Amino acid sequence: MATQTSTPTRLTLRDLSKKSDRLTSGHRMCPGCAAPLVVKQVLMAIDEPVVVTCATGCLEVATTIFPQTAWNVPFIHNAFENSASTASGIEAAYRSLVRQGKIEDNNTRFVAFGGDGGTYDIGLQALSGAMERGHRMLYVCYDNNAYMNTGIQRSSATPLGANTTTSPAGKVVPGKRGMRKDLTAIMAAHNIPYVAQASPHNWRDLMQKVRKATAVDGPAFMNVLSSCNRGWRHDADETIEMQRLAVDTCMWPLYEVEDGEWRVTYKPKEKLPVTEYLKPQGRFRHLFQPGNQHLIDELQQEVDTRWERLLKLAGES
Amino acid sequence: MRHLRQHLPGRRYHHGGGDGSRQGRRGQVSDFKALDGNQAVAEAMRQINPDVVAAYPITPQTEAVQVFSQFVADGEVDTEFVTVESEHSAMSACVGAGAAGARVMTCTSSAGLAFMWEITYIAASMRLPIVMMVANRALSGPINIHCDHSDSMGARDNGWVQLFSESPEEAYDNMIQAVRIAEHPDLMLPVMVMQDGFITSHAMERVEVFDDQAVRDFVGTYTPRYSVLDVENPLTFGPLDFYVYYFEHKRQQVEAFSHAKDVILEVAADFNRRFNRNYGLMEAYRLDDADVALVALSSTAGTAKVVVDELRGQGVKAGLLKPRVFRPFPAEEMVEALSHVKAVAVMDRSISFGSMANAGPLFLEMAAAFYVNGNGSKVPMVDYVYGLGGRDIGPSEIESVYMDLLRIADGGEVPNLVTYLGVRE
Ligand SMILES: Cc1ncc(C[n+]2csc(CCOP(=O)(O)OP(=O)(O)O)c2C)c(N)n1
Repeated sequence: MATQTSTPTRLTLRDLSKKSDRLTSGHRMCPGCAAPLVVKQVLMAIDEPVVVTCATGCLEVATTIFPQTAWNVPFIHNAFENSASTASGIEAAYRSLVRQGKIEDNNTRFVAFGGDGGTYDIGLQALSGAMERGHRMLYVCYDNNAYMNTGIQRSSATPLGANTTTSPAGKVVPGKRGMRKDLTAIMAAHNIPYVAQASPHNWRDLMQKVRKATAVDGPAFMNVLSSCNRGWRHDADETIEMQRLAVDTCMWPLYEVEDGEWRVTYKPKEKLPVTEYLKPQGRFRHLFQPGNQHLIDELQQEVDTRWERLLKLAGES
Repeated sequence: MRHLRQHLPGRRYHHGGGDGSRQGRRGQVSDFKALDGNQAVAEAMRQINPDVVAAYPITPQTEAVQVFSQFVADGEVDTEFVTVESEHSAMSACVGAGAAGARVMTCTSSAGLAFMWEITYIAASMRLPIVMMVANRALSGPINIHCDHSDSMGARDNGWVQLFSESPEEAYDNMIQAVRIAEHPDLMLPVMVMQDGFITSHAMERVEVFDDQAVRDFVGTYTPRYSVLDVENPLTFGPLDFYVYYFEHKRQQVEAFSHAKDVILEVAADFNRRFNRNYGLMEAYRLDDADVALVALSSTAGTAKVVVDELRGQGVKAGLLKPRVFRPFPAEEMVEALSHVKAVAVMDRSISFGSMANAGPLFLEMAAAFYVNGNGSKVPMVDYVYGLGGRDIGPSEIESVYMDLLRIADGGEVPNLVTYLGVRE
């Protein structure tokens, strides 16, 4: 397959405003949901033609209610756990058909979306397989920290202590037990050409990462934090602020791993305490009740440890 | 019943071929090769030259994709071979590639097919003409690698066309025809080609392999109507479908399936014309004047033919009916073919637990077919569940079934609706 390695150019709002939406308005995602922002930014960053696969979840069910669709690009939803393997098949078909001269090579890019449930949990095997085989695709996990489509159940991306419908805060169990799975690090361990973590409040950082991810001739993975105001229990107009707080508390560091080289792409001027992030969210309210301070301490400690480790990996400490 | 002859080819393999090859009707040359069922399928796949194959190893299917991957490695095919990490991903990748407009194939068995189930259903719902060979093997537990039909019977209501093959030759022929059946514009449905695990997947036989070009001409090229790669005309595949439309979409699938019989016969007719091998919906063996008959799928039918010949030698009017097509179930034709016999034994290599008398799926279909199409005359019919987990079925067991049938035909009582043949009670 002919490869076009487009050097990431500087993104300007003026240029971007001229591009048409690949995910149109009129979809049924909740007001305040960050996922459509993530999708729009990802797809807007790509200049080439795009084919999208998507796992079952909020994004899929709210954008493709038959006979309507919000997708202006070819889109396929297969099942919950197989966004990556479906994309593998499409990408393999593309290579085969181009090689045989049955279709033209038009530099199509393949982007697979999945929620944290469909990516960290049930779809992890399919994702790992697709990355290991080296399919040229960008897999984007929009991580809203829980199974939102089925009503806010915990996933392995749910932070310690969070109140969800299957990890409710009760008299003896104070919310989700255990820390989040570090999926981004797991993907980095696949030694694929490009891995990154991003947030839509920092659109330029996110889109530049997408450009790098789609320029590499191989698999790329991006983990993007995606606030769900329904599940996180904050007001719909606080979404971007929550994203920012996640990054400034280092709960969600922005970084990339390019060919094994770790790089922090945003360093908060002042690293905020995690309480700044926890306090405004209803899902963490019980952590501030008597007897639960230790959970906040544990969370702070974990965030600090991971942040230090990241700085070390990035050669910054 | 219409055109019954067409569904009931008699003896097969009429052609000669003493020098190891023959000149076909249109000057096409074929070769006789010693191949087992897996190799025969791999050979068919090489000749078909699919765009994408995604597969995962499971005994006894493994050899088929292993041989095929060597064809890929040697550049004998143009196929992209996706070495997925599971059967679930194999079928998922097949759906992706099929939606991209590629000609797609895979192979599996047993647990592999069970693991695909969620996606095989989706493949049919998306009307993707995927072709899959299933080397039939028992389901766990306990784990067992040998033949029975519980795997493909477990997937019988997924919306796939299901063809059963008696021998490596039939597995080869069915794979080639399956491509045309699946891609037929009236159908656009995935097709499963079954053969008996180990019994034929690993048994080497003389297989007539057609000339590469003749096979290529037969399968032709595939022009998909829709493709997820068509970026100029973006389409949404696999959307959310509420009760406002879901039912109509299922109804459309039924409509497509209603063409399956005609499509299978049309493809078989062309295959028969070009390659001089007769296929229909089923095969009747010495059935025309039979008093008693067995109905059996796949390799068991081959064993039964030997028994029929022996019994005929003793003056017993025994016959056999071998369904080739299980989905769509050729109910009318089966009943018609058996309408004159005095007793019927259905052979089931799987159980439908909790069904009427815990019978097997083939018996249940046959009983339903006779009730609906049987002209009121009740032919005594009994079920023999046999061969589970690869338990051997030999001529003597099959002969004992014919002996039971003769007693029943003679006005004797039907002893059991369902008999477990060859089990230690
Ligand atoms: C095999 C399977 N198990 C369970 C489900 C039910 N289900 C549909 S969406 C979903 C949760 C999706 O969560 P996530 O991937 O985090 O995406 P979100 O809904 O949060 O966007 C679940 C459990 C399913 N569709 N398929």
